[in-house]
Amino acid sequence: MSAVTTAADPAEETIRLESRAWKKLKANKSALFGFIIVAFFIGIAVAAPVLPIADPLATDWGAVRKAPSAAHWLGTDEIGRDILSRMIWGAQASLMAGVVSVLIAVLIGVPFGLLSGYFGGWTDQAISRVTDALLATPFLILAIALAAFLGPSLTNAMIAIGLSAMPIFVRLTRGQVLSVKTEDYVEGARAIGLSHVAIMSRYILPNVFAPVLVQATLTVATAIIAEASLSFLGLGQQAPAPSWGSMLNVAKNFMTQAPWMAWWPGAAIFLVVLGFNLLGDGLRDALDPRES
Amino acid sequence: MLSYIARRLVIAIPTLILVSIFVFVLQKLLPGDPALVLAGEERDPAVLEFIREKYRLNDPIIYQYFYWMKAMLQGDLGISLRTNLPVTELIADKLPVTIQLAVMAMIIAFAIGIPAGILSAVRKGTAIDYIANFVALSGLSIPNFWLGIMLIMLVSVQLGWLPASGYESPFVDPLKSLQTMIMPAFVLGTALAATLMRHTRSAMLGVLKADYVRTARAKGLLENVVILKHAFRNALLPIVTLSALLFGELLAGAVLTEQIFTIPGFGKLIVDAVFTRDYAVVQGVVMCTAAGFILMNLIADVLYFLLNPRMRSSL
Amino acid sequence: MRKHFLAALLLSATTLATAAHAADLRIGLQDDADVLDPDQSRTFVGRIVYTSLCDKLVDITPDLETIPQLATGWSWSDDGKVLTMDLREGVTFHDGTPFDAEAVKANIERSKNLPESRRKSEVKSIESVEVSGPLQVKFTLTAPDATLLAQFADRAGMMLSPTAAEAAGADFGNNPVCSGPFKFVERVQQDRIVLSKFDDYWNKDAINFDTVTFLPIPDTTVRLANLRSGDIDMLERLAATDVASVKGDDSLGFAEAVSLGYQGITVNINNGEKGDNPFGNDPKIRQAFSLSLDRDAINQVVFEGAFAPGNQPFPPTSPWFDKDYPVPARDVEKAKALLKEAGYDSLDVEVQVANNPVQTQMMQVVQSMAAEAGFNVKLKSMEFASLLADQSAGNYQASQVGWSGRVDPDGNIHQFMTCKGGINDSKVCIPEVDKLLDEARQSNDTATRKAKYDEARDILIKELPIIYLYHPTWIWALSGKLDGFTAYPDGMIRLENVKFK
Repeated sequence: MSAVTTAADPAEETIRLESRAWKKLKANKSALFGFIIVAFFIGIAVAAPVLPIADPLATDWGAVRKAPSAAHWLGTDEIGRDILSRMIWGAQASLMAGVVSVLIAVLIGVPFGLLSGYFGGWTDQAISRVTDALLATPFLILAIALAAFLGPSLTNAMIAIGLSAMPIFVRLTRGQVLSVKTEDYVEGARAIGLSHVAIMSRYILPNVFAPVLVQATLTVATAIIAEASLSFLGLGQQAPAPSWGSMLNVAKNFMTQAPWMAWWPGAAIFLVVLGFNLLGDGLRDALDPRES
Repeated sequence: MLSYIARRLVIAIPTLILVSIFVFVLQKLLPGDPALVLAGEERDPAVLEFIREKYRLNDPIIYQYFYWMKAMLQGDLGISLRTNLPVTELIADKLPVTIQLAVMAMIIAFAIGIPAGILSAVRKGTAIDYIANFVALSGLSIPNFWLGIMLIMLVSVQLGWLPASGYESPFVDPLKSLQTMIMPAFVLGTALAATLMRHTRSAMLGVLKADYVRTARAKGLLENVVILKHAFRNALLPIVTLSALLFGELLAGAVLTEQIFTIPGFGKLIVDAVFTRDYAVVQGVVMCTAAGFILMNLIADVLYFLLNPRMRSSL
Repeated sequence: MRKHFLAALLLSATTLATAAHAADLRIGLQDDADVLDPDQSRTFVGRIVYTSLCDKLVDITPDLETIPQLATGWSWSDDGKVLTMDLREGVTFHDGTPFDAEAVKANIERSKNLPESRRKSEVKSIESVEVSGPLQVKFTLTAPDATLLAQFADRAGMMLSPTAAEAAGADFGNNPVCSGPFKFVERVQQDRIVLSKFDDYWNKDAINFDTVTFLPIPDTTVRLANLRSGDIDMLERLAATDVASVKGDDSLGFAEAVSLGYQGITVNINNGEKGDNPFGNDPKIRQAFSLSLDRDAINQVVFEGAFAPGNQPFPPTSPWFDKDYPVPARDVEKAKALLKEAGYDSLDVEVQVANNPVQTQMMQVVQSMAAEAGFNVKLKSMEFASLLADQSAGNYQASQVGWSGRVDPDGNIHQFMTCKGGINDSKVCIPEVDKLLDEARQSNDTATRKAKYDEARDILIKELPIIYLYHPTWIWALSGKLDGFTAYPDGMIRLENVKFK
């Protein structure tokens, strides 16, 4: 995991690594495929308000649970809403859930990891034990309890997932920090009397960036599944607003009468998660300085 | 070695105490009064008061915590509010079910993941490698619960081949037990197989470059012998430790799968307990899975030491 | 005990597979039962299990007439304060203890005095139980109580073996001993409850199964899949949306009965500060809300017409239903006018709803209907445990909840609509209604009681503390081989005379 070992100036090295990485990423077909999937879903999620689709909340009691047709390409749901439209608006919720919860995890996890690795001693002990405890508490159970505590809603599901995913980033960052802390340039910076904050932000953080980016991309994939799982238990996005997980939660009651209600959200979750996984894998290969 | 294990066990104590505080505080914060849930539709005030007294819900939270800790140190995890049964008994009932599910899932994961990993490492860069990789990633990307529902619809409802739910102990009716467990084990196993495959592949790739494999090849040994005897044996180390970790996660990770297939294991026990505010059960089960998780982590590390000749000699 | 059973099961599974199945009935339940002690139990599915396990003093017919079970006859004193019951001869409990007047006395006292008892409010009116003969008991009441017989047709009337109850105390539920047609064999939490035929049952000729196994299978689709594959022989609470497919399947049977319960929207009228808002303060607005709903369409869209639309605590099929107020047709214009009269063109209303898909779906339909009359309904999804806590604490504006229903009409109305009612979450308080409902409770004459309930309805239909929406129908799906099952409005499964063809 030691990222940069012999560089004189870590900032310059990072830039070189990045441009090389970008080339490698572009050459990696499966990563590109992942990127296209992800970009497609982000595209429709962002464009949802301007796309010529039905109102995702408009009910039609004359068209309850209708199979896919020319009027409703993906069929209609349990109270006659257009599933295509709900899928597109649902993409917003699901992607948001994935990205925001990972942001929460990163924004809390990385600083704690930095502190833990940089200062060592009791700070490290305390943070590590809390991280261990969080990791030992089953993820979904922690998330279920948190979501139940905060009340079922998409925002609260994101917070719950973010907090549950946070320990990974603490550990990852801490490990990165430990591996560069004793490097010459860090020692040098300390010797010339730079403040802790300056050292951390200028010399240590850049080394943490690449692995955190890779991990974050992969965690978005996990987080989207986690959101779907929570929504599936009724603890995520709440009616009438759509998310893929909550659509599946409803669909499971109509598996025999209206199986299409479960096909689309399931397939969409699968595709977008696959996209993030492919992209994350590609990033890892591209950013790994060991392989050239 | 022993001192290492001892040190790890000592570190586990504060971790477990922290877990106990987490789970305790978290569920005390949960909105909803267990007495209301338990008193029944009529919510008789006398019954409410009785329940609050009996389970000491009126005492300050800090007291409640210490009552619980004290009892736990004596091996008593309390009484389930919902069923009136000792939590230890519930756990003893459910743990074997979840372990059976976990073991079967691991077997499926090994059967798929390891051969696929070896194959894709040996055929690195070929179509086989790409396909194997893609299938593995797909396995990781399918939401478990969706796969579960789809399998139930296809295999149980449409084809009628396997029961859609339920559980039978393997000691009572091994065949029925296998029939009820094979689908959920498969659902769990696919995701694990993907993880195992990817790790096997990268471990094998590392080993295949090593000198002793080259030497073996140079000696003219059959390629299969080289791969299985020389390369795979050395690649086994990270796979074994990973397996221990995965197994630890499985103990708590089967929540949704158990829910969908109505398997009376740990996961179902705890989800029902959270929703009915059955505090003692939530606490007991979380402590138990946390301990299991820590233990499997320790076992993984110990295996790493034991299986790694270099590490062993350094001790 | 348990080992024994396992061995027996192993034997039956391997050597007698087909023969054993012929007399083993497997029933899929929607939930797992709670404590198997009628005095402590609170779940609906628990009552289903007791119906096979524990006989009651009296039972009901599908038309809600009270009929003998362990009591063969009864009479009221003229002042309505003494109930004398004659008991069935030759009945024994599963442990061999004879059933007699002493046993009845011990049971009622247990219901009244066991600290864990959930039955206290149901037997509150009983002052004392007197053993007036080996097979005769006299209940002396503090005041006339017309609801008591109906209580005896449910958990409060279930007779436990006094020997076993004495020995086990509050742990009775771990190994319940009653006098019903089946005795307890084993229970695996969340997996199964197994009962076996009681050979000394007083009515054993009507019982045609050697064992009954109850399996909790929460998912309705999975429950039905199990029935189709033959893994279970019958299930309760078939999803309304599956009715058509079950009816169309020749290999399956079907039974239904409109339940005694209801689903509706409870409005916070005076339960703390949150009741102080236009929706809680002005009955006209609630009437407008009610008129904006097409109850028939709700039933069609969400339940494919399988349930019964309603506007009162009793379903339209009930003899207690007040025919002066039929289920109203939707009238959006009138609703708008009423809202306008109250001073609003549009109004925000927050309704809390349990986060299960069916209730959520139903409330989304309500939401879009009410919108056309100017109501901007915000749905607040909550876990049931939180919903209950908020509702009881008054921390809500309106709440979608239901009631499982009671045999006696009092159980569907008194505790909700009287000022001091135990579950009066809207905290509606109208002295005139209190008076009428108390009087209805004290008369044993059906016509008098009906008149009182109708009079109370005249007031409540305008006040609308609860906006009733529909009455669920109990729906059972059965294997085609099963014969003789009768649907009851209390949703219980009575196995007398049920058999495999």
